[in-house]
Amino acid sequence: MRKIFFLYCLLVLLTAGGITEEWPAGDWVLKRVDENFGSDNKVSTSEMVIHGRRGSRSIKSKSWLQGMDKSFTEYLAPAREKGTKMLKLEDQLWIYMPSTDRTIKISGHMLRQSVMGSDLSYEDFMEDPELSKLYEAKVVAEEVFLERPCWVLELTSKGGDIAYHSRKIWVDKERFVSLREERFAKSGKLLKTYIVMKVSRIQNRWIPTQVVFKDELKSGKGTEFFLESIELNANIQEHIFTKASLRK
Amino acid sequence: MIIPRLALKNLLGAGLRTWLNVVVLSLSFVLIIFLQSLYKGMGDQAKEAKIDIEFAGGQYWHESYDPFDPLTLEDAHGVVPDPIQEKIDKGEATPILVTQATIYPEGRLRTILLKGIYPQQSIVNLPSKFLVQEGEDIPALIGARMAKSAGLKMGDMVTVRWRDAKGTFDARDVQIARVMKTSVGTVDQGQIWIPLEKMRGLMSMENESSLVVVAKNTEDIPTVSGWDFKSLEFLLADIEYLVRTKTTGGSIMYIFLLLLAMLAIFNTQVLSIFRRRKEMGTMMALGFTRSKIIQLFTLEGAMHSVLAAIVAAIYGIPFLVWFSKTGWALPEGTDDFGFGLGEKLFPVYSVGLVVGTIVLVLLVTTIVSFLPTRKIAKLKPTDALRGKMS
Repeated sequence: MRKIFFLYCLLVLLTAGGITEEWPAGDWVLKRVDENFGSDNKVSTSEMVIHGRRGSRSIKSKSWLQGMDKSFTEYLAPAREKGTKMLKLEDQLWIYMPSTDRTIKISGHMLRQSVMGSDLSYEDFMEDPELSKLYEAKVVAEEVFLERPCWVLELTSKGGDIAYHSRKIWVDKERFVSLREERFAKSGKLLKTYIVMKVSRIQNRWIPTQVVFKDELKSGKGTEFFLESIELNANIQEHIFTKASLRK
Repeated sequence: MIIPRLALKNLLGAGLRTWLNVVVLSLSFVLIIFLQSLYKGMGDQAKEAKIDIEFAGGQYWHESYDPFDPLTLEDAHGVVPDPIQEKIDKGEATPILVTQATIYPEGRLRTILLKGIYPQQSIVNLPSKFLVQEGEDIPALIGARMAKSAGLKMGDMVTVRWRDAKGTFDARDVQIARVMKTSVGTVDQGQIWIPLEKMRGLMSMENESSLVVVAKNTEDIPTVSGWDFKSLEFLLADIEYLVRTKTTGGSIMYIFLLLLAMLAIFNTQVLSIFRRRKEMGTMMALGFTRSKIIQLFTLEGAMHSVLAAIVAAIYGIPFLVWFSKTGWALPEGTDDFGFGLGEKLFPVYSVGLVVGTIVLVLLVTTIVSFLPTRKIAKLKPTDALRGKMS
């Protein structure tokens, strides 16, 4: 009888141990994600392929980012868009069009408009938020995504002025890079998805270099984003983030 | 009294020449009254529709609200102040909350204005009663133009996405409860109406609104800090300006017609004076002074307009009365401009318009008739009797 009881206790302990395998704290995972990709200054060159109703077109651009509030982007191709520049300072955005030699200020609702018909809004295009500062994170599952073991995190807004009330992200367990992201409205409706197709090792960090953005409320195949080069902690001259640099 | 009788006799004696002038002049009469009444009807119709459906007795605007600047709408809302809230509670005003939003009909992205209004309001003539929420779905009211351009119909569900007061995205499906047909495009094109309280809750804007519409004929308009009262004079200024511009443009046509008629009368007068020299000489010999002869000839010319008014009345009154009853069916697509005209345009005649037109034509005809007669002032009776002009 004692032997049976001992075996029963052992079985219960083993089973319980299997079910409640330790998951890390969500905030810790999210911090590691921010640490992996986060950097005060970044200079990158990328290509955006927009799949529209009448076909696809691509836009190549170079961006300078400083923290969360300052960014500057210059379109390099196609020829029609070449020389178009965007400057974002906090919640204000200026666009310079070489064809008209004019600078237009975009603010408020216009920031939510799509960039050149893509699935990204101006905000999405130029944002680089530190998620751990904006969201409470909770690990809710572990899944294999794109053949990589991932933590599935549910992020809920800490209550500040924030675009997406909640997000769900799939974080690579080893590389701490977000491989998939779903962005939700306050009502819980899925608004946008972000799926990483390729991750590369750059400057000892794992950086997504091929991503598909999709506005889930819109029909279409989404917008592909190819990161051609990136320099983290780059030395960026302060004059880049001035309106004068739009016309240079 | 001899001069008017003589003038009428001479005028009728001229036969066809007189009647041709009279007919052309009568056309001017009818056309001036017709065009002016159309423009007046257009203005009145548009104003009536705007007052009935959109403006009522005027609107309080939140100090940041500017319907012509959608970029400012995000901040153009505030808690309704007490003096205005009292009016709302008494049923003398109704609040409206406005924000920008995006809809996705058939997977296409489209920017719209999302407006919240009380379903039970009766201040403006909108079918807001269809916004009473009965189930889970949020009922929405749209105009026929919006329905056509977005490909929506009654019963359809459409996803609306917006940002709340904190800038956080929210998206819900709304059900088209009613497609309203309205002549006022500014409550239709690119807009979706939903129940106000629901919208306030979703936007985290409790008791807030962007504007408050005051009931018609409200006289007590309190001054409220942070809210500007826009009177009907201000709200209808665009229509006034448009009608004024149209009237000025349209007047070119009847000025042209009037010029033709005046040219004919001027020529008739010049010819009369040239051909009736001996008659003038005889009159002078009989004791007529030059000024009397000038009076006679001027009156002859001016009487064209009197005869024209009578002829215009004979055929013009039945035509204008018939037209005011049947109206002018506007071409298809005119309603899409949203000017508030509806499908038919009805002319509006006023005593001022008719009397003004008669006085104008009479005055112009008299001046034109007088001008050629100035030659008579230099006429010598002996030359006149011999058929010469001195």
